[in-house]
Amino acid sequence: MTTTGFPQAARQALQDPTLRRNLDQATSTIRAKRDSAVRELPDWPELRDSGAAIKARALATLPEQLVRLEQMVTAAGGTVHWARDAAEANALVAGIAHRHRATEVVKVKSMATDEIRLNDALAATGIDVVETDLAELIVQLAGDRPSHILVPAIHYGRTEIRSLFERTIASGDALPDDPEALAEVARLYLRRRFLSARVAVSGANFAVADSGTVCVVESEGNGRFCITLPDVLITVMGIEKVLPEWRDLEVMLQLLPRSATGERMSPYTSLWTGTRPNDGPTQFHLVLLDNGRTRALADEVGRDALRCIRCSACLNVCPVYSRTGGHAYESVYPGPVGAVLSPQIFGLEAAATLPWASSLCGACYEACPVKIDIPSLLVHLRGQIVHELPGHAPERIVMRSLARVFASERLFARAQRLARVGRGPLAKFPPPLVSRWTAMRDLPLVAQQTFREWWRERENEAGHL
Amino acid sequence: MSARDEILALATAALGESVVVPEVPRNYRAPGAIALGQDELVELFTERVADYGATIHRSSKGHLHDAVSAIADTAGATRLAAPPGLGVTANGIDLVLDDPPLAADALELLDGALTGSAVAVAETGTVILDGGGRSGRRIISLIPDLHICLVEAATIVANLPDAIARLVAEGRHTSPLTFVSGPSATVDIGFERVQGVHGPRRVHVVIVQ
Repeated sequence: MTTTGFPQAARQALQDPTLRRNLDQATSTIRAKRDSAVRELPDWPELRDSGAAIKARALATLPEQLVRLEQMVTAAGGTVHWARDAAEANALVAGIAHRHRATEVVKVKSMATDEIRLNDALAATGIDVVETDLAELIVQLAGDRPSHILVPAIHYGRTEIRSLFERTIASGDALPDDPEALAEVARLYLRRRFLSARVAVSGANFAVADSGTVCVVESEGNGRFCITLPDVLITVMGIEKVLPEWRDLEVMLQLLPRSATGERMSPYTSLWTGTRPNDGPTQFHLVLLDNGRTRALADEVGRDALRCIRCSACLNVCPVYSRTGGHAYESVYPGPVGAVLSPQIFGLEAAATLPWASSLCGACYEACPVKIDIPSLLVHLRGQIVHELPGHAPERIVMRSLARVFASERLFARAQRLARVGRGPLAKFPPPLVSRWTAMRDLPLVAQQTFREWWRERENEAGHL
Repeated sequence: MSARDEILALATAALGESVVVPEVPRNYRAPGAIALGQDELVELFTERVADYGATIHRSSKGHLHDAVSAIADTAGATRLAAPPGLGVTANGIDLVLDDPPLAADALELLDGALTGSAVAVAETGTVILDGGGRSGRRIISLIPDLHICLVEAATIVANLPDAIARLVAEGRHTSPLTFVSGPSATVDIGFERVQGVHGPRRVHVVIVQ
């Protein structure tokens, strides 16, 4: 994928009226549902406090939790694999699928496998991946990219989905455009896939270290099919998804569905521990994925982003996301949390404009069920990018000079006088660097008299009395 | 160095020696915090299950077979898969016991599934299946389009922490668990809720008192 950076991509997205209408309808509906689901719980603030601490504790003890998770999964009949990066994870999954002579695998929607581009990697070795989440299927059939963490096809309206299905899985049949009929088409198409698949791939919402239990939360039942029917189940999970104790689930399973879809619980929450004779797959493989997470962990401020449970509440409340949509972020992790996760997971260079894709209004922090202070993390990352990447020299110089000015009373007074004189021409004829700022913002009005000047004048007048 | 050792070493180095391990405050409504009598629990559970679009029924133990027959009859179902440990009979219905284990294609030909459940959560309208004697193997309640699920009133607890505590206390937390909260659903098409994608589209919950 070629990237242009957020400002350019956002400008393009904003010119698409269909996209804006679909997004506006979807985000406002989900915001209202989330608000009422959250208001219903009298202990929401306490749950958020616990959720934040549970995830922070898991991260602070990560090596110990991962070793315990490995022990418990293995004791329960599963096999644990470790992958340093995307290539290793993809090779592990491909290897297992090939050992079972699979030419097709069914997949439950998973951010980790999107992150490592598993579908492309498996296709390159001759294995077709069938996305079974309806929205992921839509995106896959359209040859498109997901634009939302939870509802990857949020940018599609029903008429677009109807014509897509007519061209693809309905093999040319004309379809009505009511959602029930379209869901039925997907149901019939995928049912055949579920019944014939021998290998399934999933992600994990949580995995509990003290028992080896893995948890997947979903709505449609495609997850249940994938984790129940095939002989072999491969779960790819970022290492930050581990929870220390089983009772941590009593917090996370209250926070996640209400934040994500605005439901008290999602229709299906599946939890499994290794394998069980006669019930579900005979083989369970758990792939623990690093792919930049230990690097993020090393940043004492940035590591808070690893608490993210991928609920996407921050996307739905974000004034930037709800207008530009997810594609403008040019990352599998869009929205506010994507703007902090992407540069940390994929490297600063790969997402150098994203920390600026925010007005820092703080709505994301308010909505976050695990209290990630996204605005502060964005500012932190902006600092890192300005200091470490080339191309930010003007900003560095301006900020350094400003620091000197603010440190000296004499320089500060002189700067204030200059601002008064300079505002007029700067606002009318901004030079190139300044115009990048003033294109979207008004120059602040400068008072005719500063407080210090007024104070001095007042003292002088008092002296005359 | 193996990937495992390298990841663990990187994580250890990333945290350093001075990392602070936070205490976890648990000031939310913990297990046992909500004092509701059984009638109130049944009331709340009934309301919340109905909110999801599932159909709720009540029956005494003695009339259970009539209740199940009536539901199946209305749904046009005559052949239902059932776990061998369920211990329920119904009039005019062919209960196909999952013993020997039913294959997926055999289940496809049945009209529905009749199962029990392990625990139910009033506040969220959730039924928890544990893969055991009454709940049955996961596949039974997954493939047929109709799920009739029996919930013993005594197994209804107030909130999710109560349910989790009970599962852990009884050692059932490592069984294959499915928390069912209403019928399968999606909002992926134009953000309108559609009931029923892959899981059972019709869910009937029978509270047994």
